[in-house]
Amino acid sequence: MSAAGRRARDLAAAVRAGETSAESVLRDHLDHIDAHEADIRAFTTLATRSAREQAAEIDRAVADGAELGPLAGVPVSLKDNIVTEGIETTAASAILRGWIPPYDATVARRIRDAGAILVGKANLDEFAMGSSTESSVHGPTRNPVDTDRIPGGSSGGSAAAVAADFTPLSVGTDTGGSVRQPASHCGIVGVKPTYGRVSRHGLIALGSSLEQAGAMGADLADTALLHDVMVGPDPADATTLPDRPEPVSAHLDDGVAGMRIGLVTELLGDEIDPAITARVRAAAEALAAAGAEITEVSIPSVHHALAAYRVLVNAEASSNLARYDGVRHGLRVDADTTDEMMLATRTAGFGLGVKERLLLGTHALSADHFDTHYDRARRLRTLLIRELATAFADVETLLAPTAPQVARRLGEVPDADIAWFNDHCTVPANLAGIPALSLPFGTADGLPVGVQVMAAARGEIPMFRTAAVLEATAPTRTDRAVHGPGGDLP
Amino acid sequence: MAEHTSSDEVRKLADLMRLRFDDTELDRVVRTLDDVLGRLAVLADLDLDDVEPTIHLNDLQNVWRSDEIGPTLTNEEALAAAPAAEAGQFSVPTILGETP
Repeated sequence: MSAAGRRARDLAAAVRAGETSAESVLRDHLDHIDAHEADIRAFTTLATRSAREQAAEIDRAVADGAELGPLAGVPVSLKDNIVTEGIETTAASAILRGWIPPYDATVARRIRDAGAILVGKANLDEFAMGSSTESSVHGPTRNPVDTDRIPGGSSGGSAAAVAADFTPLSVGTDTGGSVRQPASHCGIVGVKPTYGRVSRHGLIALGSSLEQAGAMGADLADTALLHDVMVGPDPADATTLPDRPEPVSAHLDDGVAGMRIGLVTELLGDEIDPAITARVRAAAEALAAAGAEITEVSIPSVHHALAAYRVLVNAEASSNLARYDGVRHGLRVDADTTDEMMLATRTAGFGLGVKERLLLGTHALSADHFDTHYDRARRLRTLLIRELATAFADVETLLAPTAPQVARRLGEVPDADIAWFNDHCTVPANLAGIPALSLPFGTADGLPVGVQVMAAARGEIPMFRTAAVLEATAPTRTDRAVHGPGGDLP
Repeated sequence: MAEHTSSDEVRKLADLMRLRFDDTELDRVVRTLDDVLGRLAVLADLDLDDVEPTIHLNDLQNVWRSDEIGPTLTNEEALAAAPAAEAGQFSVPTILGETP
């Protein structure tokens, strides 16, 4: 039986026990990728040779009886805005095409140290700016559930790689929902950790005060396994939290008896497809049946969170992307003077959507608009944090939709209001720095619907406990057009 | 007609960001910015004067560490991806004499 389609934890256990080899696990996944990648295009780069070397190393360690990490022999993919030593890293932008980083991001290093095999880099919207994976310089990725549809984004390649069983695990990044929304669209699990829980060292920065790398997997136990490997302090990122947290994997069976859980009133409004709201209410009923006490919680600032988010993320991006100037790495368009060279390089290297966001950020930070935009956005952020703190004094976790709509068709141009509200349910967690995850909970119009669970900062354990109860009662997994031959599910 | 920005303002911002747009792009960019700025106008109407701005999420104090040399890139590694390098340094075209 092929290993493609099997769970990461089962593969790691089998490799450790010597029941299968890392090389054979890798071969099955590469064969599956070879057969179906043309239909999905989840990857920007396949690192086949270094993956084979890593797998051989794991197999030697097994033969030597060496201690093996929790992801021993598990194929993984990393979103292509996470830098990898010796493997091209593009952020899906023409300005970085061909760049071979000289070092590993801390998350990449931790995953390799845990024994995982890095199979390839996953596609994304250019510089993670978007939510469809259509703006990639490498072309769009397709949704393995229905290949006429988008996988969501910006971690669309990661979500598609997991949903298609190309790699049982993937790491994405989430600045305003970029792990959770594609997880929802592709019917998988995706986590946005507490701000500072995972090192940002080696992430190609978009919004530094908002983003975290997050685990993506086919189910909760696999995702928890990867999450536990990624977390912890890092001397290379001074914003990481100083404590090493207790593994969430140990708490998946704790249940929710007696737990108070809140439904966010402001995230059940007209902006959300009623079929999706119905799934969230069904999730609340499932939790109540498992002994939780469900209540409605109001977070009024959620109504203005999108406006504050747009200002802050673009302001931070305009600063972060100033480094792409044709001097140290990436594209250079030659010109007579340095000023002309930088202008020509940036004009040729960035896509139009990226340029629009850079202009917005510059606008928000300019002297004329600083008080009305950037400063106000920072104050609204404080208000939102306060309201959430009040809510979490009463409830342990919050329940909401992940995305207001199911995955749209590739190439379809959404109505301006629908496009604006795309991140409505996900940005509050980034603004407040709290953990949030998306878990598949049935379908609407035959397409996957994710339900979002949020918790107070450092509240990953109650968040995973809540999600585990939901997973146990969730309808069976959505049929996928592309999936691994080795899975026990369709 | 754009209400919240103008072609002139967009050209000025583009200049600051070291970006250039042709006329077709400029039209689109002005329309996009105008739409988003219209949606952001709500921020100006909120009563936030008594709310402190959030500067950073985690209550972090200055982080100190001992001044020890750890793993670092060699000069060659640091320059390996440079579009142009000379004498162990990043190399750029003329700077002096150009108009800003």
